[in-house]
Amino acid sequence: MAINRLFRTCPMTGLKVHQPAEALIKANAVAAVVSLLVGGILGLLITLTRWQAIHLLPPDWYYLMLTGHGLDMLVFWIIFFEIAILYFAGSVLLGCRLATPRLAWVAFMLMVMGAVINNYAVFRGDSSVMFTSYAPMGAHPTFYLGLILFAVGALIACFVFFGTLVVGKEERTYNGSVPLVTFGAVTAAIIAVFTIASGAIILIPTFFWSIGLVDHIDSLMYRTIWWAFGHSSQQINVSAHVAVWYAIAAIIFGAKPMSEKVSRLAFLLYILFITIASAHHLLVDPGLTSNWKILNTSYALYLAVLASMVHGLTVPGSIEIAQRKKGFTKGLFEWLRKAPWSNPVFSGMFLSLLGFGFLGGISGVIMGVEQLNIIIHNTIYVPGHFHATVVLGTTLAFMAVTYFVIPAIFRRELAFPKIAQWQPYVFALGMTMVSVFMMGAGTLGVPRRHWDITFAGNPLGFEFPGTAHLMMALMGIGGLLAVVGGAMYLLVTVYSVFLGKRIETPGFKTVRVVEGMAPAPTRPAAAALQAHGGAHAWSAPGTFTLAMVFLTAFVLYYFINWKYLSEVWPLK
Amino acid sequence: MADTRNTTPADDLEDLEDGIPFMQQLLDNPFLLLFLGVVVPTVLYVIWGVMEIVGIPIAK
Repeated sequence: MAINRLFRTCPMTGLKVHQPAEALIKANAVAAVVSLLVGGILGLLITLTRWQAIHLLPPDWYYLMLTGHGLDMLVFWIIFFEIAILYFAGSVLLGCRLATPRLAWVAFMLMVMGAVINNYAVFRGDSSVMFTSYAPMGAHPTFYLGLILFAVGALIACFVFFGTLVVGKEERTYNGSVPLVTFGAVTAAIIAVFTIASGAIILIPTFFWSIGLVDHIDSLMYRTIWWAFGHSSQQINVSAHVAVWYAIAAIIFGAKPMSEKVSRLAFLLYILFITIASAHHLLVDPGLTSNWKILNTSYALYLAVLASMVHGLTVPGSIEIAQRKKGFTKGLFEWLRKAPWSNPVFSGMFLSLLGFGFLGGISGVIMGVEQLNIIIHNTIYVPGHFHATVVLGTTLAFMAVTYFVIPAIFRRELAFPKIAQWQPYVFALGMTMVSVFMMGAGTLGVPRRHWDITFAGNPLGFEFPGTAHLMMALMGIGGLLAVVGGAMYLLVTVYSVFLGKRIETPGFKTVRVVEGMAPAPTRPAAAALQAHGGAHAWSAPGTFTLAMVFLTAFVLYYFINWKYLSEVWPLK
Repeated sequence: MADTRNTTPADDLEDLEDGIPFMQQLLDNPFLLLFLGVVVPTVLYVIWGVMEIVGIPIAK
């Protein structure tokens, strides 16, 4: 069978784009955006239910939609987009052909089938088991079948990515190490393999249990292994969005990491340790020892936290160094003030970085401390945390990079540029409010996944303080704002992709292997994305000042939580 | 004294690989990283966790 060697050179970036890779990136990105649309509508309805003054949905619809929202957002939107990133970071950044495009299409079809079947199961109304689907709470067999098909498709896609690395090496389309952004994608793909394998270990027997072939699923065993899937899937996001941060810093500023070695080591720490963070979901489960809990949530996990702090320092640091080289040297922050804040690719990325670090990162460490976890376990603090990491961090970074992907890969001009310009701010403000007020309400004990915190009509009621209700209302307002931001993103992207003005680019041409070897980048974006070596400059005083602000906030918030704990169990 | 041996491209490649630091060789090998990235959490989280659950005595 003839190998497709049709490539085009992107006039905007200078990157070589393989025809099947481009088609697959488009298909996965479109499937991701469709999932985001469905999940976003469900999110709006859930927000309007948890906002107690509105309390929109009846309980059965609330739990149905919460299940669909969790799956469409945390699994389908994110993983479809991540597969698009893997193909971009593999084929496009290495300037090589995508390995086995047919298999990649099979993977895509399996993922689409899985997502559709799982949504069908949820909307039937008999699978409102939520994202976690804890056994012995059972769902319709198609619920598990859909997830399994999706996972198999995603696993195949990961190995297509690994195959592409082999193709690039064999055909020598790159020299030496893969670019840092591709290395971030390698990290995401490795975490994805562990995640999907864990999902298979527990979801396949649960599927057999749902059709009566297996008698019993042990609930603690289910929870333990399921979280290796459920939480690790969110660590794929972290690696992918950090890779996107580095990519955007290179695209917009031509920035090189402060030290490429340190950045790669930080990704290695993710590979080794970030997935074990799953254990923090089991910190109050009685069957597991403190040794297991503490090693998996603290000692080893802190190495992954260190890695996130390294990325959080080196990405803005590399931007600062690049900006200072351009002459923005006044004071500590001229480089930041003069950054292109009206460019949604940059503003989305930088807001994602701030939100992920200050809100998601700090709250994540608090939740991972066994003693502190008890204050907020299973409260709405937990979704507050992961809306900061997965939505403010990952989703906003993916939204930002979409504004680059539309002209570069879809070859369309961005429609409604003013809306695109404001979109990251509206979305980030809304989602910051959602996260902060969820965490605030959680600290006051408001439970997560609860239809009615007034317990109206129940014989054993509980009255939350007025502040809790106020925070839930502010969370609702933030949620509406975030939905507006999400709608702005969908309007710009969907219109641009299907109705936007075409950008005329040179067509695809056959490139022989020998011609494809180590292509010389022709545009700054490609050069920066594919380059090696750090900036070898540690002169980033503004970034170090921001890092000190971050560390101060971290330490203060950490001790405030110990203070809270002392009030729960006073020491005498 | 200058080295006057003839070198082939294969020798050059070997010399080059000898000069690559261990950490870079590790980081440049995605399949070794894949192995480590699966084994470490499987041992620390999954196997250890499952052994603890299996060791819980059954209530009588």
